[in-house]
Amino acid sequence: MVQLNNTNKSISRPFTITSILLLIVGMLFGIMGSLQYIIPGLLKEQLSFEKIRPMHVSSIIFWIIIGSVGSVFNYLQLHTQKKLYSRMLAKATFFIFSISIIVILFSYCFGIFGGREYWEFNPIIALPIFIGWILFMINFIKSIGSFRNQPVYVWMWLTGIFFFLFTFLESYLWLFPYFRNNIVNDMTIQWKSYGSMVGSWNMLLYGSSIFLMEKISDEKKYSSSPIAFALYFIGLFNLMFNWGHHIYTLPTYPFIKNISYLVSMTELLILGRIIFLWKSTLTKNLKHLNSITYRFILAADVWIFSTLLLAIAMSIPAINIYTHGTHITVAHTMGATIGINSFLLLAISFDILATHHNNDIGNKKYVNLGFWMTNISLFIFWISLIIAGIIKSKWQMTLNKEPFSTMMLQLKPFFIVFCISGMALFTGFILVISSLIKYHIFYKRK
Amino acid sequence: MIVLLLLLFCYLLYSLILYSELPVKLYSKNKEGEIGKLVWQKYNCNSCHQLYGLGGYLGPDLTNVYSSRSKEYIKSFLMNGTATMPKFNINEYEINSLIQYFRSIDNSGKSDPRIFRIKTDGTIE
Ligand code: HEC
Ligand code: HEM
Repeated sequence: MVQLNNTNKSISRPFTITSILLLIVGMLFGIMGSLQYIIPGLLKEQLSFEKIRPMHVSSIIFWIIIGSVGSVFNYLQLHTQKKLYSRMLAKATFFIFSISIIVILFSYCFGIFGGREYWEFNPIIALPIFIGWILFMINFIKSIGSFRNQPVYVWMWLTGIFFFLFTFLESYLWLFPYFRNNIVNDMTIQWKSYGSMVGSWNMLLYGSSIFLMEKISDEKKYSSSPIAFALYFIGLFNLMFNWGHHIYTLPTYPFIKNISYLVSMTELLILGRIIFLWKSTLTKNLKHLNSITYRFILAADVWIFSTLLLAIAMSIPAINIYTHGTHITVAHTMGATIGINSFLLLAISFDILATHHNNDIGNKKYVNLGFWMTNISLFIFWISLIIAGIIKSKWQMTLNKEPFSTMMLQLKPFFIVFCISGMALFTGFILVISSLIKYHIFYKRK
Repeated sequence: MIVLLLLLFCYLLYSLILYSELPVKLYSKNKEGEIGKLVWQKYNCNSCHQLYGLGGYLGPDLTNVYSSRSKEYIKSFLMNGTATMPKFNINEYEINSLIQYFRSIDNSGKSDPRIFRIKTDGTIE
């Protein structure tokens, strides 16, 4: 395997470093948000929850998107063994994205919102992101050249890039009154786009993860095998048609729900399987060399299984009516974005920023501590949200409801655990990231 | 490659069908309610409240608030805020539009999970 030299890495590195900054900032906003859960009215005048929540969600989503784009730029060059089609375009993409992100985060401070569910910011800023994405797409397609006989990860990247573009545009259809003027229509199309959009960045990230795993195991067969493609198609099928599980309780077309129910939740299973197969092919030596990378992949593997259990359950409408609208949904989203996406991205970041770092440099102790702290606190974090969700679910289902605020008061102990474990999670991540930065500086000097 | 194109074709077809045949075709036009939706977005009410169970989770679901609470009740929340909910700098016209928006949402259906009947194959009605 040919090493990328520093000049080529100069393209992916800024993406990776920026993404890690976003992770740190995003987690801080998350902690703020959870504090507002337990201390009502905290910073109500300055940074109330309607500002903090999008700050948290947007930073975190950009951590995943920017990190994934960086990983594609990095492994794309390793895959083609050539320089990128255009360094200029890649730089332009980077600057457009960075500036947009800064503008978005500041716009919330001034109370400028998109006001949509989940991932929202003022629609004007969607335009530069769209343009940046087009540049990324051009660069990718031109760099690949021919798509004949390409391994599965190249197809995953291509699919991810295309579907992000499509669903991103689709998520702005509400700008036309035709789409937005009825709540049921509006929410149907909105969740069609968001549901598939999550699948699209997962495609990018899983593609890079497959590349990374082949790289560290020196095993090149998998990504061209029929089974890899079969699994890829199942994943794609899910991306396209499983989004209806977000809107089981919406009075929309029943066929949307039935299709989603049938198609739902095989994608995570797929990746779990993939990683599982590789584990056996990793020799002890290689394991040692890339131990931190490997360990995060392994942890993601474990989280895939727990997330999978919850996700499959939630995709069954009969169970979904209990979990919907409760913190079980949040447990699922954060469990998946932290335990799977963030862990894979961290593994990739170690590979990009500190390839072949020597194991006895830096503070191995801290990485170890950070790793375990992250995982254990994530588990507590996850469980506390699930319990809070179960209690809320019971409340939703009882006949003579107590007032909402009384129910929320009952959840308070779990939110306190949620908040504290969130802080521990943050600390764990910081320990890992600081070691990563140390390795990076050391590796650069060498 | 053929599988890919086939899947893509189905997806685009599915999308186009949904765009052209939106689930709800007949609904009463409600100018104020349409403005109310934009007010809802302007203040990012969705970050604390849910509609049909989707949104942020700090505050209650408001899908059917129009039929369960009086206009005065809703108005007083918007004018005064609560311990958690901020007091928005919101004018009379925006409040009325929001209330009309709540009315149109309330007319579209119920979000209460208790109304569903579970069938043995795991689907709901
Ligand atoms: C920072 C979070 C937050 C934001 C933003 C927010 N709310 Fe609230 N809202 C709450 C909470 C929490 C309650 C429940 C208060 C209680 O029961 O003590 C509530 C209650 C309400 C109620 C009363 C519901 C009931 O059945 O008792 C209405 C109506 C309401 N909000 C409307 C709005 C509208 C409209 C907006 C946007 C302009 C908005 N809220 C923005 C947190 C928020
Ligand atoms: C890598 C770290 C993290 C990731 C990837 C992440 C991701 C997310 C996502 C995607 C959501 C939206 C959930 C939904 O709409 O269902 C969310 C919400 C939230 N997160 Fe995080 N999060 C992270 C860390 C944290 C931490 C450390 C805390 C602090 C305790 C936190 C607190 C919150 C809160 C309070 C919400 C809002 C819940 C609500 O809507 O009421 N997050 N997070």
